[in-house]
Amino acid sequence: MEPAAFVKPTIEYAQLWPVFLVFGVACVGVLLEAFLPRGRRAVPQLALAVAGLVAALIGTVVVASRSGVLPGGQARGRITAEGSIAVDGPTLFFWGLILVFALGGALLFAERRLDGGVSAFSGQAAALPGSDAERRTQHLEQTEVFPLLMFAVGGMLLFPASNDLLMMFVALEVLSLPLYLLCGLARRRRLLSQEAAMKYFLLGAFSSAFFLYGVALVYGFSGTMTFAGIDQAVRNDAGNRVLLLLGIGLLSVGLLFKVGAVPFQSWTPDVYQGAPTAVTAFMSAGTKIAAFGAILRLYYVAFGADPSMWQPMLWIVAIASMVVGAVLAVVQTDVKRMLAYSSIAHTGFLLTGVLGAQSLTDLAPGQVTSVQAVLFYLATYGCAMLGAFALVSLVRDASGEASSTARWVGLGRRSPLVAGVFAFFLLSMAGIPLTAGFVGKWAVFTVALSAGAWPVVVVAIGSSIVAVFFYVRQIRLMFFTEPVGEVATVTRPSALTSATIAVGLAGTVVLGLVPGPVLDLAAHAGQFIR
Amino acid sequence: MSDQTSAYVALSAVLFSIGAVGVLVRRNAIVVFMCVELMLNACNLALVAFARQHGNLEGQVAAFFVMVVAAAEVVVGLAILMTIFRTRRSASVDDASLLKL
Repeated sequence: MEPAAFVKPTIEYAQLWPVFLVFGVACVGVLLEAFLPRGRRAVPQLALAVAGLVAALIGTVVVASRSGVLPGGQARGRITAEGSIAVDGPTLFFWGLILVFALGGALLFAERRLDGGVSAFSGQAAALPGSDAERRTQHLEQTEVFPLLMFAVGGMLLFPASNDLLMMFVALEVLSLPLYLLCGLARRRRLLSQEAAMKYFLLGAFSSAFFLYGVALVYGFSGTMTFAGIDQAVRNDAGNRVLLLLGIGLLSVGLLFKVGAVPFQSWTPDVYQGAPTAVTAFMSAGTKIAAFGAILRLYYVAFGADPSMWQPMLWIVAIASMVVGAVLAVVQTDVKRMLAYSSIAHTGFLLTGVLGAQSLTDLAPGQVTSVQAVLFYLATYGCAMLGAFALVSLVRDASGEASSTARWVGLGRRSPLVAGVFAFFLLSMAGIPLTAGFVGKWAVFTVALSAGAWPVVVVAIGSSIVAVFFYVRQIRLMFFTEPVGEVATVTRPSALTSATIAVGLAGTVVLGLVPGPVLDLAAHAGQFIR
Repeated sequence: MSDQTSAYVALSAVLFSIGAVGVLVRRNAIVVFMCVELMLNACNLALVAFARQHGNLEGQVAAFFVMVVAAAEVVVGLAILMTIFRTRRSASVDDASLLKL
């Protein structure tokens, strides 16, 4: 057989340069670690990371403004990198969100005032807790966190853009591996942090093995890795349907693990509690956005031809996530764990939006589409989570962060501003009218209703009410309960953390009062391209 | 699926199940991790078998990517497990139970 001529692959750098830039900055960050003396790395690393993220954000806007609308007017953008990366409207929206929240994460990573002039990351991760080596390295700073952050951001950018199964798997790992490490690097409570890293790593590796077997089975069904090819095979029913259904199930295990949906939620509270709070803030927003991007693309583009294959499963998962998240959040005695369970409930609400998938012909003109609703919900969720976790890092006592609920009693009297902003974030997560969360919930409920998923919406409303209970209980505890015993105080942060909280707050206020522009932007993003 | 392919896929499914059960029942973190690696290799076998069946190279190429990813995962994973082991003198996943409900 004559070997086929080698054809050079084309890479559309004009569309993909924001992603390359982020990876490039990460590599330069590794070089800085190698060549700069230890004491002088912190400022250049932060400057490099922030510059890279801002440049990538500008790049995303430029690429978005240049992306042409495809024939039919429902989608914009183009497929790049030989079909493996789709830079379309939703991708660009996801990129914008991820980069904004990563910027907030980078600023939180660099915060040094809270812990007496050193960052929240262990001086030397290899030094044993409680050993001489740890005491000797206590004044040092871990600046490897910035390259790790950038690699994770790069993976997050690729994840919702990946247009074939192999790229999706690689992106999943590229975003996960740095996060496993970041979770284990806390300066205080190192045993908890290391334990969180181990749990996250073992369960994450387990779930990505399931994802990979799903890749293999779907490839076995369709004979191709590209989503367009899989879509064709699903339409023509070409292949063994058992392979396809098993493959969808296994792929879903991997993706639902990443978003922390029930029954794959067990890592979420442990990791959110054990990881350094700055890392929790970044990954609670970033991972969920990236993974929902991947979920939407996989289900809508690759398996969109026959939603009956995956919708019943998602119904159950969405209902279970909302119920378990809301009910278990009620019994938590730790603020970070409560926020973790609330994020599980939010996963359920977001899946409710994913269930609202309808063909465009069924939609009334101007009606909110499910992609639009999920995009908007992710924006509101990210703002509230990033801001709330940033605030958690301010509430401290002698031993470091005081995330136990008992220490928060009466916080509103000692620091009305911090407690007030935290209460506002909680109200937004609860979905009280005039906050961003309300508009987000309204959007996902509307699309799910119009797609006929009314039982899910009923459960969603019920669990929203349960959620209001524990959010309001936390607010009452901060403002209207007399403090007994030792309580935590608020440490004044530097401008870095304040700026992040301010952005989260501004986002929550603006998205709540004038949601129109962002909803329009999400509508403008249009549909996924194939 | 031809008979030959289905034999290989069945073998990969068996290996994958052994790995998955191992993750669930073994208590040593290193062994748990080895079981995850077994699952990844079972995936490789399935990918290569399907590539042979469909007569295209995508599955074989994917297997190479999986090997690289698995190697990267070993680096990160063993680093995390090492720190845990040096701190606690134990690699049991049951001993690590400070974080719980």
